[in-house]
Amino acid sequence: MWIDSENDMLTEKYSEEILKILAKYPADQKRSAVMALLFLAQRETGYVTRPVMGEIAEITGTLITDVASIVGFYSLFYDEPGGKYRIQVCTDVSCAMRGAEAFVEELCENLGIGVGETTEDGLVTVEKVMCLAGCDKAPLFQVQTGEGLEYHENQTVEKTLDLIHRWRRNR
Amino acid sequence: MSPYLLLRHRDIPDIDKLEVYCQQGGFIGFKKAVVSMQPEQVTEVVKASGLRGRGGAGFPTGLKWAFMDNNAWPHYVTANADESEPGTFKDREIMEYNPFQFLEGVAIASYAVGANVAYIYLRGEFWQIARQLDWRIAEMKEAGYLGEKIFGTDYALEIYTHLGAGAYICGEETALLESIEGKLGQPRLRPPFPPVYGLYGKPTVVNNVETLTNLPLILERGAEWFRSYGTEKSPGVKIFSLSGCVNRPGNYELPLGTPFRQLIYEHGGGIRDGHAIKAIMPAGASSALIIADEKALDTPMDYENVPSLGAQLGSASVIVIDDSISIDWLIKKTVHFFCHESCGKCTPCREGTFWMKHLTERIHAGQAAWEDVQLLYDVASQMKTKCLCALGEFSIEAVMTGIDRFKDDFIERVGTEQTNIRIDANSKE
Repeated sequence: MWIDSENDMLTEKYSEEILKILAKYPADQKRSAVMALLFLAQRETGYVTRPVMGEIAEITGTLITDVASIVGFYSLFYDEPGGKYRIQVCTDVSCAMRGAEAFVEELCENLGIGVGETTEDGLVTVEKVMCLAGCDKAPLFQVQTGEGLEYHENQTVEKTLDLIHRWRRNR
Repeated sequence: MSPYLLLRHRDIPDIDKLEVYCQQGGFIGFKKAVVSMQPEQVTEVVKASGLRGRGGAGFPTGLKWAFMDNNAWPHYVTANADESEPGTFKDREIMEYNPFQFLEGVAIASYAVGANVAYIYLRGEFWQIARQLDWRIAEMKEAGYLGEKIFGTDYALEIYTHLGAGAYICGEETALLESIEGKLGQPRLRPPFPPVYGLYGKPTVVNNVETLTNLPLILERGAEWFRSYGTEKSPGVKIFSLSGCVNRPGNYELPLGTPFRQLIYEHGGGIRDGHAIKAIMPAGASSALIIADEKALDTPMDYENVPSLGAQLGSASVIVIDDSISIDWLIKKTVHFFCHESCGKCTPCREGTFWMKHLTERIHAGQAAWEDVQLLYDVASQMKTKCLCALGEFSIEAVMTGIDRFKDDFIERVGTEQTNIRIDANSKE
């Protein structure tokens, strides 16, 4: 049983939620829970450490290599820390035709960082991402934190800086 | 204007609340199916309606269900809510604002193929929508529409959400199934197709959100009623996601067969900033580029007529391009997307999209000669029909039709062979 693991950080904190996740899938298909468990693992710090990947492997009856490959393949999983808030701006075709690229450049300039970088205080990372299914409301971005994801549509640089300012005040 | 069939929240406030949905005829279709029809009869009604898959392929839904292997059990239904095609944002609106009609559709499909468990595969970005759906599924269960002994019969059904984590390829149905199994989202070799070998190796139906959302009304009102919308071969309404250089981008629910002109000019308010229309991508980034001449604008948007323009209707994500946009820039963007999203399993797609990305970047930067455009075209041609799944095949559509149909844009960028010196991006000398 995974409870015996030396590194049972997840199990200790979220045992009920883990059981709920596992209950969605047939008893012999625990591997299906890998992605949901990775989201759970990212809740605290926004990224997944090796020991936690090992724990997820144990819970789901897979190898740590399998879990690490999932982290590598899917773009919403991280194996290193970023800003507390990851601002992910869509710059695909339709958004780019509605000013998304200029938006992201200007936003980064205001924050004094490059695209893909994190502000000095560790609060915000700005990234360009692929289509977010909000093409009619560009410029738009999603904010990814450990808690989940939320959309911010029809944005301007001013609006976004206001939002960041509020985060900074409330931290 | 006739009332909405799919985007019903635009007519009926609070239809995202269970009691309001029920007051508006909710679950009549599902109840009728479970209480008074055999599963095969449900499939027959859907076949007779002529409903075709709204995710892109346009495959007849009832026929897909009829392929389910009845010698292997259990059966599964999976709703494809991965919606990641650049230019597509319709399923999101349905799930956010008219969720019960979609969930009832999942239930009807499940009953028709004898599935007791259904999974909704949502792209990870739809985290909040998944949470809302979880609440709504719990409400349905509470009200007796899910769980054991539904409507007092022996039919039992559970619906679960499953979140992806940012991978366009998981919209491909076999990659989606791999992803639910907790593996990398890479397509399987087909055949066998999911109705024979699907989730956990069991017969599985994969249907798009919009397709499923049609089912409650088809069951409630009948196949003939459904056929009163759209065209003979493309019955029903379709949600067209309109984006790009138009004044009013957004989702427009219109009968299949509505001409491009009506969508772009009447509904979309025409081209912004006084520009002229230049090209149309009717199926998002996966689309071929159509020259937006009078003939194209008068072409009905359905599964039969769009191919006459050398393109496909796909998921009906209509991206409008005006004369301020250069096509070499546009294909740089689409190729960048496909290169990023290629799953890496098959060589033609993995390598092809990589080289196309480098070539389109060089061409757009003006660091290329006409031979590079030719090379780009050759790389694309060599990928054609050789990729494991549609992602690779889609990645070349805009490239090849872009060069074929908008040659001048490329000539302008690279000049002619005589006047342009080829620059090697890696060489400092």
